[in-house]
Amino acid sequence: MTALENTSPAARGRRRWRRLNASMLVGGALVALVVLAALVSFVWTPHDAVHVDAAHRLAPALSDGYLLGTDKFGRDVASQLLVGARTTLFVGIVAVGVAALVGTPLGVLAGMAGGWLSEIVMRANDLLFAFPALLLAIMLGAVFGASTLTAMIAIGVATIPAFARVARGQTLGVMHTEYVLAARAAGRSRLAIALRHVLPNIASILIVQASVSFAIAILAEAALSFLGFGTPPPTPSWGRMLQESQELLFSTPRLAFLPGLAIALAVLGFNLFGDGLRDWLDPKLREHR
Amino acid sequence: MGLYLLVRAAVLVVSTAVASVVVFAVMAVLPGDPAEVALGVNATPEAVAAKRAEFGTDRPLVTQFLDWVSGLPTGDFGVSYVTSDHIGPQIVDRLGVTLWLVLFGMLTALVVAVPLGTAAAVRHRSVGGLLLSGLSQVGVAVPAFLAGILLVFLFAVTLRVLPSGGYTPLGEDPGAWFQQLLLPSLSLGLVQGAVLSRYVRSAVLDVMREDYIRTARAKGLGLYRALWRHGARNAAIPVVTVLGLQLATLLIGAVVVERVFTLPGLGSLLLDGVANRDLLLVQGTVMVLVVAVLAVNFLVDVLYAVLDPRLRGAR
Repeated sequence: MTALENTSPAARGRRRWRRLNASMLVGGALVALVVLAALVSFVWTPHDAVHVDAAHRLAPALSDGYLLGTDKFGRDVASQLLVGARTTLFVGIVAVGVAALVGTPLGVLAGMAGGWLSEIVMRANDLLFAFPALLLAIMLGAVFGASTLTAMIAIGVATIPAFARVARGQTLGVMHTEYVLAARAAGRSRLAIALRHVLPNIASILIVQASVSFAIAILAEAALSFLGFGTPPPTPSWGRMLQESQELLFSTPRLAFLPGLAIALAVLGFNLFGDGLRDWLDPKLREHR
Repeated sequence: MGLYLLVRAAVLVVSTAVASVVVFAVMAVLPGDPAEVALGVNATPEAVAAKRAEFGTDRPLVTQFLDWVSGLPTGDFGVSYVTSDHIGPQIVDRLGVTLWLVLFGMLTALVVAVPLGTAAAVRHRSVGGLLLSGLSQVGVAVPAFLAGILLVFLFAVTLRVLPSGGYTPLGEDPGAWFQQLLLPSLSLGLVQGAVLSRYVRSAVLDVMREDYIRTARAKGLGLYRALWRHGARNAAIPVVTVLGLQLATLLIGAVVVERVFTLPGLGSLLLDGVANRDLLLVQGTVMVLVVAVLAVNFLVDVLYAVLDPRLRGAR
């Protein structure tokens, strides 16, 4: 930045908008599409997503009023995809929410306290890393029965280390800044420093983490539903749609491709959005990645 | 180096011990009594008590835990409540299939990621480089089981050149064994290769900016040759870390891919165990997978120190 450059907040804001990058725009559009599908499904679907139309089983696309055809039970594929978006987002929001709400305070605590407390938190984190979401969900499913709740908790708990690690790393950096030193010299409590100075300064990178974690949560939910450990029937879910269509791959591959495409686009959207957001927040990184 | 390894090994042992407590505790909170489940609703109290004594579930939880955990190092995972079979041999039997799958998956990932990532880095300003980066983004977004389904559609349904599932042991028919492992390994490896290629690209980009590469180029070495001779080891450090983390992902991904291709591996054993409510089997299989993940992380730490001597002094 040159000395002559306009540094007013408005000018800075305009430059930020100009820096909006392709990853962020494409990712944002895909995410918006999934969110829109989920919202629309609350008020309108072409048909009842769980209604079984036995007379029109495996109807091809654009026939009998079915835009994308029907599955082996005669349920409307388009409606299932719309409601499936809702399931995906719901699981993602709860799982990432749990991870962020538990992982962030742990990471900030470890970063601010240092010493043995930090060591304990990070070692516990490492241990949690050994329990991937899928394994946790299968274990919880075996004990409590498979449900959306066990899937969400398992994915959330397995995502805690990601947030804790990022929060700790960022906190360590912020703790050496002059404004934190000044706040400490002024006698502010640790909690006040954490809430007023640390959290606002690490929030942006945590949002990036949330976007990337969301993509991973979508993959995990799809895998769990595919294995029968996610959302139980009849609630539509993309992963289970794939699983139910696998045996029909030889005759009706469309039934596998559509939910597959939905999963891939949603994951791509959140990944791209997270990547773009990171570049947008820190242009120095752009060249690096 | 010695101290570093000692600390890492101690962390591995403590983590394994804590993990065994966690796995046992989660399975122990299960509502219901395995003895009652095994005998059905019409069993007499005496029969249930006898069954409990047979299973050993009438003992205190701590005793049950110590009994279970002390058998693990020797491969004694106990006897299934459902089938009355020893669990250890079943796990060993299935582990082989999963390990082959993971090994081939890893090889596929490396074969895909190293050239793709290097090319994307070298051409990072050109359209080709952007396309390669875009390709890896799409690859990252495809879950392994979806890749499996797409590969089955392409190679088994459309081209009819490879089987869509099943498993023949290596000893019986090596050709059929390889053919049946090919698509599952590709499903796992291609996706992981896409993820890995992004780290390879980033690592190669970093190395390309180093002075020693510029010096090597000034001496007259071509870019690829300079990268290979001077950059490979430096670029390998971050890639090896990710590779290690991915090995754990591959192991868990194998659970799902085995289901797609009906492979009799550890994942299928785990899922069958859940379906049959064979909890001791689930407990044992989960423990093996968790220990495998921990062991892989330990090996990554060791490899890390071998590749970068600077890290040996650090924690």
